[in-house]
Amino acid sequence: MKYNMQKTERSKKIAWKIVKYTICILVSVIMLAPFYWMITTSLKEYSKVLEFPPQFFPNPVVFQNYIDLFRMQPFGLYLWNSIYTASIVTLSVVFFASIAGYAFAKLRFAGNNILFLIILSGMMMPVEITTIPLFIALSKLQLVDTHFPLIVPQIFGYGGAFGVFLMRQFYITVPDELIEAGKIDGCSQPKIFYNIVLPMSTSTIATLVIFTFLQNWNEFFVPLIFLSNSRLFTIPLALSLFTTESGVQWHLIMAAASVATVPVLIVFFFSQRKFIESLAMSGLK
Amino acid sequence: MINKFYTKKKSKHKQSPLQRNDRFWGYAFIMPMLIGYSLFVLAPVVATFFIGLTDWSLIRAPEFIGFENFKSLVTDEDFIASVINTLYFTVLLLPSNLILCLALASLLKDKFPGVGFFRTAIFTPVVTSVVVWGIIWKYILQTDNGIINVLLRMMGVKGPQWLFNTSLAIPVVAFVTLIKGLGMNMVILISAMNDVPEMYYEAANLDGANKWRQFRSVTLPLIAPTIFLVIIMTVIGSLKVFGQIYNLTGGGPGNSSYVLVYYIYQQAFQYYEFGYASSVSAILFIIILVLTLAQWNVRKRWVYHEV
Repeated sequence: MKYNMQKTERSKKIAWKIVKYTICILVSVIMLAPFYWMITTSLKEYSKVLEFPPQFFPNPVVFQNYIDLFRMQPFGLYLWNSIYTASIVTLSVVFFASIAGYAFAKLRFAGNNILFLIILSGMMMPVEITTIPLFIALSKLQLVDTHFPLIVPQIFGYGGAFGVFLMRQFYITVPDELIEAGKIDGCSQPKIFYNIVLPMSTSTIATLVIFTFLQNWNEFFVPLIFLSNSRLFTIPLALSLFTTESGVQWHLIMAAASVATVPVLIVFFFSQRKFIESLAMSGLK
Repeated sequence: MINKFYTKKKSKHKQSPLQRNDRFWGYAFIMPMLIGYSLFVLAPVVATFFIGLTDWSLIRAPEFIGFENFKSLVTDEDFIASVINTLYFTVLLLPSNLILCLALASLLKDKFPGVGFFRTAIFTPVVTSVVVWGIIWKYILQTDNGIINVLLRMMGVKGPQWLFNTSLAIPVVAFVTLIKGLGMNMVILISAMNDVPEMYYEAANLDGANKWRQFRSVTLPLIAPTIFLVIIMTVIGSLKVFGQIYNLTGGGPGNSSYVLVYYIYQQAFQYYEFGYASSVSAILFIIILVLTLAQWNVRKRWVYHEV
């Protein structure tokens, strides 16, 4: 009797394991299949893309689409535009948010808390709402159709607010004694920040770098509104506009989408813990 | 968490030179962020409300017209369609997202061989650009050559026009958005579930509660604040949905997948009706503000309850 119960208990466990793995594998396949389809399409010859029955594995595997992509379209230029705007925003956010986060966490001045809450409120101001006045103002200043709107407002909007929040939460955990010791040694605040506090926060800064870079690398709404000169396009904007044209060349589009995605995915797979942490943090305001 | 926002009370003693020095550098360090925030976030938000009260387009000078824009919105068919579609999208997305995320989080919260891979797989679409994600699905969902309809044809079924069908456009976009966002909410819920002290489950076990009962009576109540956060975030996200719509359906067919931000985009940047578009922005902003404040308040209450 007892033996039988143990047996049913065990077979129940095994059955549950099978169900669990089946669900997990099924969900993972649904999640990853679009990427598989994107990459395999980008490796097919043009004539094979629309073949019926479809090729689930490209035969032959060709890299011609990638070569064509960089030769026919100024794709390198879009890549460069994306890289450099996202980099400037990221570097600036790291700089401005870490000094502000440090001040809010460790320096006493009147209005510290209220000013922090004001900046924090930037996290709930959607870019979709601030865009019209910004567009009007920047067009008066002749800054529409430049990279200015992709860079400067992004430093101080959602990304900046999140950065200040993230850095402040970290700097609060730094012991006051370290800062006091720096003062006793005669260091000024910038020196204390740069020599003592900043080196301790490299891990948090890495989180902030990943979050900010990804956010701007993927940004679509702002470039769509502010850019019309195709030499200024970022990758997401270029991709989107080429797909709305008629006669879409899917093999090239998928190659372009792969170039935009695969580097991010590779970095993601190697540092997924930091990635997930940084993105989940942004939700937990 | 809220408590951390408040640092120590100001001391009543006279300030030493060192403290004055702190004050100077405090303001100096926050100044760039504060100025940038005022110029690029605060000022535009305030301006949106004023522009919403004007008749202002690219060719006409701005003219103050009070609440005329808001009055016109009430009878504007495209605006009403946008509101209805946005709500429809939210109603489709929210429950499915919540149930799936809770299920996946309960499944993947424990360590077992392969769990890392499954979590990573589910999170992968989150790090992907909305444009790329939209384009891949547009490719997959093509009527004639899309892989889904091709597979259906191989099984002898004629697939529908996924993206060119008035009654399918919003559900399809909601599905694509659902898959993209699952990983985010799942990760947040996993971390909340793992914060539930093990002893509660042990106690429930002793009381003979089965897994489902444990989930209902232990897990759910204890992660309620996080569930609330996830709900608010998902709703705000759905109210702002744009990239998926733009890349998958372009608002079409007709106005069957117009949503609020798409309508703002169209009015402001295709027709250059800044005043009219701003009145829609103002409405959207107020809704998001109310939701965010509700979230902050409820969270604060919950935090105090827990202590």
